[in-house]
Order: sequence, then C-alpha cells, then structure tokens
Amino acid sequence: MTDRQLLVGPFNRVEGDLELKLDISNGKVSAAYANSPLFRGFERMLLGMKPSDALTITPRICGICSISQSAAAAFGLADAAGAGLAREGEKVATLLHAVENVADHITHFNLFFMPDFARAKYEGRSWHAEAVARFTAEKGSSLHQTVAARAELLHIVGLLGGKWPHTLAIQPGGVTRAPTARDIIRMGASLKAFRKYLEERLFAAPLETFLSLSNSGELESWTSGDAGLFVRIANELGLSEMGEGPGRYMSYGAYPMSTGPLFAAGRWADGVVSPVETEAIREDVSYAWMLGDALHPTEGQTLPDAEMREPGYSWCKAPRLGGQTVEVGAMARQIVDGHPLAVSMATGKGVLGRITGRLIEIARTQIVMEELLASIDVGQRFMDRVVVPENGEGVGLVEAARGSLGHWMKFEDGEIVSYQIIAPTTWNFSPRDASGVAGPVEAALVGAPVDPDEETPVSVQHIVRSFDPCMVCTVH
Amino acid sequence: MNILWLQSAGCGGCTMSLLCAETPGLFDLLEGAGLSFLWHPTLSEATGAEVFGMLRDIEDGTLPLDILCVEGSIVRGPAGTGRFHILSGTGRSMLDWVQSLAPRAQHVVAVGTCATYGGVTSAGENPADAVGVQYEGAEMGGALDKTFRSRSGLPVINIAGCPTHPDWVTETLMLLASGTFGLDNMDGFGRPRFYADHLVHHACPKNEFYEYKASATQLSEMGCMMENLGCVGTQAVGDCNIRSWNGEGSCTRAGYPCINCTAPEFEEPGHGFTETPKFAGIPVGLPTDMPKAWFMALASLSKAATPRRIGVNATADRTVVPPSLQKPKS
Repeated sequence: MTDRQLLVGPFNRVEGDLELKLDISNGKVSAAYANSPLFRGFERMLLGMKPSDALTITPRICGICSISQSAAAAFGLADAAGAGLAREGEKVATLLHAVENVADHITHFNLFFMPDFARAKYEGRSWHAEAVARFTAEKGSSLHQTVAARAELLHIVGLLGGKWPHTLAIQPGGVTRAPTARDIIRMGASLKAFRKYLEERLFAAPLETFLSLSNSGELESWTSGDAGLFVRIANELGLSEMGEGPGRYMSYGAYPMSTGPLFAAGRWADGVVSPVETEAIREDVSYAWMLGDALHPTEGQTLPDAEMREPGYSWCKAPRLGGQTVEVGAMARQIVDGHPLAVSMATGKGVLGRITGRLIEIARTQIVMEELLASIDVGQRFMDRVVVPENGEGVGLVEAARGSLGHWMKFEDGEIVSYQIIAPTTWNFSPRDASGVAGPVEAALVGAPVDPDEETPVSVQHIVRSFDPCMVCTVH
Repeated sequence: MNILWLQSAGCGGCTMSLLCAETPGLFDLLEGAGLSFLWHPTLSEATGAEVFGMLRDIEDGTLPLDILCVEGSIVRGPAGTGRFHILSGTGRSMLDWVQSLAPRAQHVVAVGTCATYGGVTSAGENPADAVGVQYEGAEMGGALDKTFRSRSGLPVINIAGCPTHPDWVTETLMLLASGTFGLDNMDGFGRPRFYADHLVHHACPKNEFYEYKASATQLSEMGCMMENLGCVGTQAVGDCNIRSWNGEGSCTRAGYPCINCTAPEFEEPGHGFTETPKFAGIPVGLPTDMPKAWFMALASLSKAATPRRIGVNATADRTVVPPSLQKPKS
C-alpha cells in the first residue's frame, strides 16, 4: 500500500541529470524508479565516422570520465589492429587515467557526497558543526583545499595530455608526448604535494596506515582526518544499514597493462571471485525508451523510441551479466582485488561500504601513481606505429572512477558501422529488465527512511550519491 | 551578481574544467568578484523540490536573475518537443526552461561549444537535434531566436571551447560583474575577444617548425602538425598557448593537433580529426588571412632553408639535435 509518491529532481551533485520516482509506504521507500532523462545518441553519431575519430568524439561523452572514455576507445582500436600501446606509452596512459580517477574520487567525496551532512536537518548532532565548517557546499574548508589539490594534481594531465578534460594524447600505439627526465621530476613534485594533501587532510595519517586496516571493526575506530569525520557520521547515522547493493560486484580489471591489470578483474559473489564472462552481457531494453531486443553489445542497437512509450521510463538500457545485475565502482574493484578491508565489507555495509571502497582506492591509487612514475624509462619510445584496419572489430574495456566501461566497435571500409558503449552508471542505474528485476540503485533505495515532511529525502540522497553516478555517461 | 547555472545536453566538462581555475581558485575568485551561485548543479547544496521552487521564482520574476549560464547544447528532439531532455523533477524540457528563463536574465552566457553552437552533441546525424543557445552551428538562431537580447541588451555571450578554459569563463564573469563588457568585446560569433583575438598558433612551441614547414609525419613527432596531422592552430581562435592549460599544457604542447574546438561546427571537419586533407599534395586549409601564393612561395623557400637541427627534430619524439652553442664575441 503506497502512502504517497515522490518525483525527485533536479538531482544535483551527481554528474548529469537524474530523476527518481519513489513509492513511499510506512515511512520508507517501497519502490524506486531511476530515470536518466537525457538522450544525446553518441552511438549513432559515430556511425560513418573514421575509426580514429572515436578518440576525439567519445571522450566528450563525459567531462568527468573523459580519459576513461579515451582509453577505452584507444584500447578498442588497438584491439582491432591486433596491437597494443608501446610499453612506456602504456605507463603514461595509465598514469593519465589514474590521475583522473583519483581526482574524480576526491571530487565526489568532498564536493558531491559530504555536503549533505552539513544540512540544517542534522543540526544538533555532535558532529554537525564540524561538518558545516569542512563540508558546507561551496564554502567548507575541505572543499576549498580539495579543489586546490585537485587542480594541482591535474597539472600532470596538463603536462602529459595537454589539458583536462578531453585529451587526444592516448592513441592505440601509445601516447603523443614523450616525457623527459625533467618532466618526470616535475610530476613527482605534483604527486608529493598530492600525498601531502591526502595525509594532512583526507586521512590525516600515512596512507599505508589507513590501508593496513583489515576489517570494518578497525575502520569504525578510525578517527583522523576527513575520513575519520565521515566514519563518525556513518556510525551515528547507521549508513551501513542503508543502500545495500545486489551483493554481486564486477570489475574488468583496472589499468589493463600488458603485464596484467593493476587491480584484478573478476566477478565477486558470495565470497567467490570468478572470471567476467563478457559474452554473457546483454542490454535489456524492456523498460528503456529504446526499441529492439536484449542483445550483446557486439550486436547492440540504439534505437530511441521518440514516442517515449510505457512501460519505458528511462533512456538508460539495462545491462545484465548472465541475466543478473551487478554493482560496479571502486568498492567492486577493491573487493575483486581482495583488499581485506573491502572484502570484509562486501555485504551488509551499504553506503558506508561504498564510500570506504573509494577511500581505499584513493590511497592505493596514490601509491600506484608513484610507482608508475618511478618506473618510466624516458630513453624508450612512447608510441609505436599502429594501423587500424579498414575492416575489423575491437573491444576496449577499462575501469573508470565509477566502474566498468566498455566500448564495442566494428568498422567496414574505413568507417564505423557499430559502436556500443556500456558505462559504469548504465550498470548501476539501469531500469528494470524483462523479468521486472530492478537495477542496483533502484533496489538499494528500497527501505530508505523518509520523514513525512520530506519532498527530497536526505536518506535517498545519501544512497544515490554513494554510488557516485555519472548520468552523462549512462545513456551517452 | 547572482548566477544560475544550468547543465543541458553536454558532458559537464566545462564545469570540471572550471574547477581547475587557479590563483585564485574558483570559490575565492567568485567571492572576490562579488559573484555567487543561486544554484549550480555540481556545487550547490540544494536539490530537488528546493531547486524547482527557485526556478519558478525566477520565472515569475520574484527572484531577480543577473547571469544565466547554460552549459551543454539544447536538444530539440524528438520532433521539436525537446523531450530528449526533460529537466528532472519538473516535467518540462530544458529547451522550454531556457526559453522561459533567458529573458529574465540580465546576461545570458553559453559555456562551451555545445552551448554556443551545438558542438559535439550535434555531431554526425545529430540524433537529438541539438543546437546552441543562440546559434545552430555558424548560423544565428538556436534555442533562442537570433533577435534575442538579454535584459542588458546583449545577445548570448558565447564562451566557446571544448572544454572551455577555466579563465575564459571566470574572466568573462568578472568582466560582466565589473560592468565593462559590451558588444565591442565580442567577436562575430559572439565570443569574448580577450581570447578570441588570438590564434592557437600564437606561442605554439612548434612555431619554429612551422616557420620552416618542418613537419611531423605521425603523432608523437615534434614537428609542425599542420601539413600532415590536421592541426588548424593557425586558423583557430584561442589563447591556449599563451596562457596554457592545467599548468603548462596545451593540445599542441602535448603533441596532438588543434582541432579548432572554439569554432562552430568543429565537430564536422569533413576529414579525420588528425589528418590534413590535401589537394595535389598541398594542404587545403592554409592560414585564412594570407594570400595563398605568398604562403606557397614562402613555404617552399623556408623548406629549402631548413636548418639540420630543425629537420631532424621534426620527425623525432624528443630533441635529438640541440641548438648550437653561441660563443660570446671577444
């Protein structure tokens, strides 16, 4: 029995536009419907273009995951050519990608997620004054420091990639600029400055100390830095009891270097990691404003239903792996990769788990970036000549900040004839499928508490933002 | 001055770029200039019903609006309804909202090439029927009619770029706040002249290669990218190489071509983005304000006069031959 319905939007501090329809009964969300209300049609735009033009067009799907899109396109083109990036070029491409991912994570934590705890709703809580000082939207001290640290970190992309977002530096054969020894030293200074920010502000402790936490009990007693404030808030508000995901996680493997990914690939369910069988992916369109059947992305189509007929309620397709929903993102990657703290929080930790996954990944990625930079041999080539075939097909699979991103492409006579993209938030924010199974965020919202006077329930905001949705990527 | 920022059909990258503003950072800069966001989708606390209420207050005139910034193109599809983008929670298309709010604003600013001219969102078959706020490609008349003027009397101010440089946006906003920005400060496509009076070519580190037409033959080589790799920095407006991006970056500094992202219809070059179309072996797109015959004559002379240092370095991925030492005259 539904007491009332809410239509929630404009939903901000998520990337892009999101609308939620909520059924409320007995003071809780009883059903949620996630609508991605913007259709641009990148998969159709690309038809007829030259394969290499995907390197210019696809990063512009998303201004926050731009390098992820760029890397997926470059890997797809390299796959079609049966080639790969020059070894040192691969390191530079990975460094560029890692910088973007970690910049996205700190942006999410500080600018998107935490400001909700500075809301007047939480006045009187023991931590509220602290949350207001650090995290008030646009004004908090942590926001200001984070924006400065992020801008400085992105100097690495300026140097290697020209600008952020929307670089053309990553190519199927490598990267367009060979760094010099001086460049490496300069970027090393940027990385040291970023570590200092993390160790003084976000964790207020050595990264390695945070990474040595091995279970949620240890995390619950972490008090230092902005991470400590978050843990304190999460403990008091019971954030681990809200927003539980499907309990199945997927990662294509982050930073797919020729020596293997730096964070492992796999599908995690019930404590068991198995390979990701990408051939078992289908994009269901039963509840999308899309025509056609549930197809694998190599056969996929993008046929928007201009009539926007029911039962469709979103422009987002519903990807399923072996017929099931999976959650993707930093937490998924860290669970699949076996980080003890992440694994200990794989189930039953909801919003707390998802944010913790991101904190773990911020700390680990800083170390990855330092090691990568130190390993670059400036005496080597950074690009090999790779000729993309006139006819062929390729797949580029990467891990964006928000999770698994895939590009499936086909070329004929030097033109793109098929280009299908499944973005992280397509997985997490998908609508229902033919079996009526709700997408991950839709399911996670069920049970969220709603006060009688709330039009835009704050619990719903915490849950949605814990996924860090990127709505512009979702439909693309 | 207050600012309402709407994100329409784009990638959000101009906001992400804006957050890269430095010395001072974005928040301090805006505060110092007396600028504040009524609402910004990435930055503000307010969500949902609170925002909807504020939009209605602006619409009915109870909340005065100084600057309306629109990021992203405006989609008109399907069939002119704009329903490919309903502003969530409102049941109304972004097309409808922009048309309704723009006349209320003292100034309307289109941020990024999607918002100015349609940009990448209008590429290919333009599936969503995307246009700019006041332009459709190079033609005036987009979501707003070509006769539209905001309350200040100015047409839409077009901060083109894909993405926009953070300073292009902040400096335009500061000029508006200072009351010193007028029609004379805009070029023929509505772009602020403080950056559109420059070419990407200006201060390009590859200029010496350009002087001798010492060309890169493939990406990663240091030479000029005009002859073979699609670079149009000699025609594209922007002070990218003068002020640089994200520290010391720019497209050409990173070794890939300028694709003219500040221009209408850059998304449809008619050839691959990293290829130079040629006719009889001669690049088609030569500098716009130079007689072609003079260009060809100078090019062949300078090519013949290319010093070895420049010729060798042009096709290398790093400096192979350094400048020769100049001993002081005794």
